[in-house]
Amino acid sequence: MSNAAIAPETLETIKSLDKYEAGFITDIESDFAPKGLNEDIIRFISAKKNEPDWMLESRLTAYRHWLTLPEPQWANVSFPPVDYQDAYYYAAPKTASAPKSLDELDPKLLETYKKLGIPLREQEMLNGIAVDAVFDSVSVVTTFREKLHSAGVIFCSISEAVQKYPDMIKKYMGSVVPYTDNKHACLNAAVFTDGTFVYIPEGVRCPMELSTYFRINEAKTGQFERTLIVAEKKSYVSYLEGCTAPKRDENQMHAAVVELIAMDDAEIKYSTVQNWYPGDENGKGGIYNFVTKRGICKGARSRISWTQVETGSAITWKYPSCVLLGDDSVGEFYSVALTNNYQQADTGTKMIHIGKNTRSRIIAKGISAGKSNSTYRGLVRIAQKAENARNYTQCDSLLIGDLCGAHTVPYIENKNPTATLEHEATTSKISDKTLFYCRQRGIPEEEALTLIVNGFCKEVLQHLPMEFAVEAQKLVAISLEGSVG
Amino acid sequence: MLKIKNLHVTAAGRPVLKGLSLEMKAGEVHAIMGPNGSGKSTLSYVLAGRDGYEVTDGTVEFMGQDLLAMEPEDRAALGLFLAFQYPVEIPGVSTTTFLKTALNAIRKKRGEKELEPAQFLKLQKQKIKDLGMDAEMMKRGVNVGFSGGEKKRNEVLQMAMLAPKLAIMDETDSGLDIDALKVVSEGVNALRGPDRSFLVITHYQRLLDYIKPDIVHVLANGKIQKTGGPELALLLEEKGYADFYDATEAA
Repeated sequence: MSNAAIAPETLETIKSLDKYEAGFITDIESDFAPKGLNEDIIRFISAKKNEPDWMLESRLTAYRHWLTLPEPQWANVSFPPVDYQDAYYYAAPKTASAPKSLDELDPKLLETYKKLGIPLREQEMLNGIAVDAVFDSVSVVTTFREKLHSAGVIFCSISEAVQKYPDMIKKYMGSVVPYTDNKHACLNAAVFTDGTFVYIPEGVRCPMELSTYFRINEAKTGQFERTLIVAEKKSYVSYLEGCTAPKRDENQMHAAVVELIAMDDAEIKYSTVQNWYPGDENGKGGIYNFVTKRGICKGARSRISWTQVETGSAITWKYPSCVLLGDDSVGEFYSVALTNNYQQADTGTKMIHIGKNTRSRIIAKGISAGKSNSTYRGLVRIAQKAENARNYTQCDSLLIGDLCGAHTVPYIENKNPTATLEHEATTSKISDKTLFYCRQRGIPEEEALTLIVNGFCKEVLQHLPMEFAVEAQKLVAISLEGSVG
Repeated sequence: MLKIKNLHVTAAGRPVLKGLSLEMKAGEVHAIMGPNGSGKSTLSYVLAGRDGYEVTDGTVEFMGQDLLAMEPEDRAALGLFLAFQYPVEIPGVSTTTFLKTALNAIRKKRGEKELEPAQFLKLQKQKIKDLGMDAEMMKRGVNVGFSGGEKKRNEVLQMAMLAPKLAIMDETDSGLDIDALKVVSEGVNALRGPDRSFLVITHYQRLLDYIKPDIVHVLANGKIQKTGGPELALLLEEKGYADFYDATEAA
């Protein structure tokens, strides 16, 4: 890639970033923890973060419990046992081996970003050139801090929140996803290194979309971020999470936990575009994306909406869920899961209806290409006291080629006769006839495929904020590359 | 403009076209009539480049190029358009998005500048108006929930937008009532011009009352059996295809 292809302002940006990097390199390098996992490592992490004793104790409790937990086995995915001792649990996002400038990068990767339309600042972040996640979250916070501050909104890293808002963290962290929930969430509770805390006070409509880019930069680093969003009565927040990781041959583990809490009349919209490195064409490398996301509609008439576009990761294991505790509360789940090559996705949701007149809506679109496997797994549970609960579920699978698989596993548990449950499921294949129709109109085959798949996903993509929807459409195109012809 | 010489095609191992030859000049309207199974649809698919048909002999030259060596999308860019007998439905993709993608893909291949959304919409609006179509339909998924007549009209709209050199119409009259047939035919007639040729494939003479051909061919048993003026279509209507079967079998 020549410099001529890169805009002048881009080069300026990189230069300025290089300066930043030089100033911080010593600090960053000292932040490595030794490989492996034991109580000392956890003490190391806690000490590095200068955490209070209660936080360390909470981590150790989780760790001791983790040792007793078996790996979850029920998902329709297969992979060799994870060697937890062969990973770093606290690592700096920058090493000497990282690329110094865009010129050293794999041109194919740059091409991908160009197609994605990801702004260059973010490209650098994704590639680990000069910016790191810390840098970015600082910049986000400083840019918007004033505006958010005047609205009373707290938007900071979880480490900062542990220091500054210990009462809230003590009260809410682990209240939706306790460390006993499952092995991956438990590991997160023991070793989480960063993440985001959002607090929206009563009656406040958050003045902007909040967004955080997560990224796994370092080889053999697990990423264990933790997100906690609390929306007080009559408040509203829309949160965007984008995930990308550079190419590595090894499998890396990502075990995140996200907890959402919505009080009376509050609304939380949580959108994810997940594009972790999926592994290569032969299934080598890629991220293990083992994520626990759950929201509780604690108050009456509260609403939580999950929208996710999952195109990355070697393995996705993820079930953003809603506990509908408050009367008249609403849970929504809109999902696109696209797998290609040897990717495996087992994803879906749980809608737990407890309050009266609670409603939930599930729209899940699975696209499988190559030799990949995609499973929708969803639970709708109507508790005994959930009078007049309603659920609508629609699962559509689209197959591209003959070597992929799509599976739908809906679970329904109903203990209340007044419930109304609807479930629709379809499986279809992109027919040669449809592709030919598009090509006859002059649309090349891969573009035609992208067009058809984006049409298939439209119902979900329209729930994403505008800029994300455009990015997601491009991601779909990129993820499908090489799946025809 | 189009020269088909001694075309032999097999589909699923069975010979369908057995030495078809046909020549068309710019601006001409040719009709191909023939009984079921004579190879009418095969001809349209082979010209457009659909998979599943094997050309065992013969050549096709279109706009001076070897048509059979090209990908379907390249044939489209060169100016070949096929109005389908059964247009497909594409859920979630609006007709506007579909057409914009198609037109810009073709323009790009021809080395022309892609249209800005505003330019495209202006053009589309005009064509919709010309065809007396409902603009609301453009927002719906391509052909999703369209009636038979609406689907065929949508084909004509696409034809109008892509402005081909050669439009092949594969049994466009099938499934249309007389009113819909009139509307579609008027749309096609409005597109006739010295630079645009039509190859109208049909089973019935009826369509040719509305789209008047310059030349009529009778296709039976994989070959053009007879070529004549519009009067040939009327003869066929009267006597049916029986004579041509006999001729074929005797040969």
